[in-house]
Amino acid sequence: MATLLLATLVFGGILLVLVIWFVVMYNGLVALRNMVKNAWAQIDVQLKRRHDLIPNLVETVKGYAAHEKDTLENVTRARAAAVAANGVGEQSQAEQTLSGALGRLMLVVEAYPDLKANQNFLALQEELTSTENKIGFARQAYNDSVMQFNTKIQTVPANIVAGMFQFSAEPFFEVQEAAVREAPKVSFS
Amino acid sequence: MWEAIAANRRRSLLLITLMGLILLTFGACLGMFAAVQAGGGQEAVSPDAVLAGGAFGFLAALLLWVALWLTAVFQGDRILLRAAGAREMHGLDDSRLGNVVDEMTIAAQLPQKPKVYLVEDPSPNAFAVGRKPENAAVAVTSGLLRLLNRDELQGVVAHEIAHIHNLDVRFMTMAAVLVAGVELMSRSVLRGFAYGGAGRRTGGSRKEGGVPLLAIVVVFAIVAPVAVRLLYLACSRWREYLADACAARFTRYPDGLASALEKISVDTSSLGSEKTSGALAPLYIINPLEKLSLAGLFATHPPTQNRILILRGMGGRAGYVDYEAALRKVEGQKLRLAALEAAARADQSVEARGPSAKPEPREKAIERSQKVNDLLDRFANYLILPCACGVRIKVPPDLKRDEITCSRCDRVHVIPHAKQVQEAIAGVAALGQVAASGKTGEAKAGSLEYERREEGWEAFRCECGQTIQLGPDFPLDHTVCVACNRRIDLKARRERNDSETVVNASS
Repeated sequence: MATLLLATLVFGGILLVLVIWFVVMYNGLVALRNMVKNAWAQIDVQLKRRHDLIPNLVETVKGYAAHEKDTLENVTRARAAAVAANGVGEQSQAEQTLSGALGRLMLVVEAYPDLKANQNFLALQEELTSTENKIGFARQAYNDSVMQFNTKIQTVPANIVAGMFQFSAEPFFEVQEAAVREAPKVSFS
Repeated sequence: MWEAIAANRRRSLLLITLMGLILLTFGACLGMFAAVQAGGGQEAVSPDAVLAGGAFGFLAALLLWVALWLTAVFQGDRILLRAAGAREMHGLDDSRLGNVVDEMTIAAQLPQKPKVYLVEDPSPNAFAVGRKPENAAVAVTSGLLRLLNRDELQGVVAHEIAHIHNLDVRFMTMAAVLVAGVELMSRSVLRGFAYGGAGRRTGGSRKEGGVPLLAIVVVFAIVAPVAVRLLYLACSRWREYLADACAARFTRYPDGLASALEKISVDTSSLGSEKTSGALAPLYIINPLEKLSLAGLFATHPPTQNRILILRGMGGRAGYVDYEAALRKVEGQKLRLAALEAAARADQSVEARGPSAKPEPREKAIERSQKVNDLLDRFANYLILPCACGVRIKVPPDLKRDEITCSRCDRVHVIPHAKQVQEAIAGVAALGQVAASGKTGEAKAGSLEYERREEGWEAFRCECGQTIQLGPDFPLDHTVCVACNRRIDLKARRERNDSETVVNASS
């Protein structure tokens, strides 16, 4: 009788420990996933800021370089696509395209010294560059959180819990072109 | 990174408990000693009284701890900032410092951007306060802002934000409180002995054997403050290394922080400036009071040389594993940082980025743009006439006039032409008519000449209208017009008088 009681107690104790362990693991996974979501929200904030800067930029450039219509239209179209995209994969793609279009626009602007001296344009350019920097860091933070989360759900103790509650790996904010696949470059000009 | 924080938390709890035990034990001993003294010696006093004294001492120490801690918690930040003379900076939204703090907030995933304070101090330094990341502040000196470029500033701000992120301020405040408490008690004990000890001893209690307890108390009074201070300093050094590792990870550019540390450590503009109080010293990025000496056990920060060596030795990578590897190389195996190891286990090696491009100053950009435009215009055969007011008039090749007015100062410039040799005798008056008249028959037969007026680039028109450019180093004494193939002799610059030119014979 005493041994049965002891056995039950031990068994109960082990069960309790297991349950607590599970709970702790689950909470950890939830916390990590929320960190990923939060990091994505940060990128979103910066991306939206960039979207908001672009119409103003296009108008200013149009005033000086009216016959660069193609480049300006590219930018406007890319922006519309980026605003309409949703989901990490689609958004990464759309934002890449938009960055490319903006880069080409900045190259075109080099040929217009009057535009480059315009105060409005300079202010917009500075804001755009600082937003690009922040996007870079936000992307870095997002990828870091994704890496942490993915590692956690794939390593042994936590992957049991992850499998049970359907935690799936999150996608990285990837860049497609090999040339741009590098840590964020901070730029001024 | 949160695993590092969790590891930190466990270790901090352990250390705080240890230091707290030292404080409370000291208090108990003091209480017991006081009870023994009051009761007239170790034999005469009852054990209950001793115990009561011990308990009283324990409680008194505990009360002291709580009082100091409450002050630190509720007023600590404000006291520190005011002691440093920091002023909050508002409206930083698009300045360099504001942007850098924004970027590091994003990289560290802090819930809220810390407040930014400025300290008017020519010596470069920075510190962070804030027990919770939600309500933190970063302070930099004006000397720092002047000294560092953007990458270096980013490294320093990242280091400070790492302190906030790792909850270092909370831990160091608690530890500092404990150190203060122990030192206070020790000082009062020793002072008490210095003033009253002689008197006490004559009372004969010495013979009655308060000695062992006295000895314990004295030993405590001397050793305890040293012990807690060494512990405190060791913790401070570990946390600095961890903050350096985080800064490298957040900025992805450890060389930035490394070169900032190099610049700050050689700056001798303030050796112990009055503004830096002793209490604040450990929170700064480089302890201003320890710049010259004090390496080893009594330093709040690891030696700056080591920090720089580690950061520069990360081999183009920026992850925690890379920092740990570099740390091993510099410090050897004896230094173990649990938090860093935890972070390294959860992390991968990441590549560092390159340095940022330097911003081109506005004047340079305008100058460059002008040079490029001039070059293009010259290729397109524009004739450039410098006006005395600074404007460079660009005359298009098909403009048929001889004179042009400056748009800014309204001076009239005559467009220089190559002169016909025969007509030179007629003097200045003929200057304008030769080219404009278009006497093609005669003109083609003769040769032309042109007198150089300046040292640098010069342009003039041939009779056929073609613009001819002469560079400053043009070696020959003649040139040929590309449009009509006429030879034009070049006369060197000489004094302007009305003497006639030399007639050149040529065909």
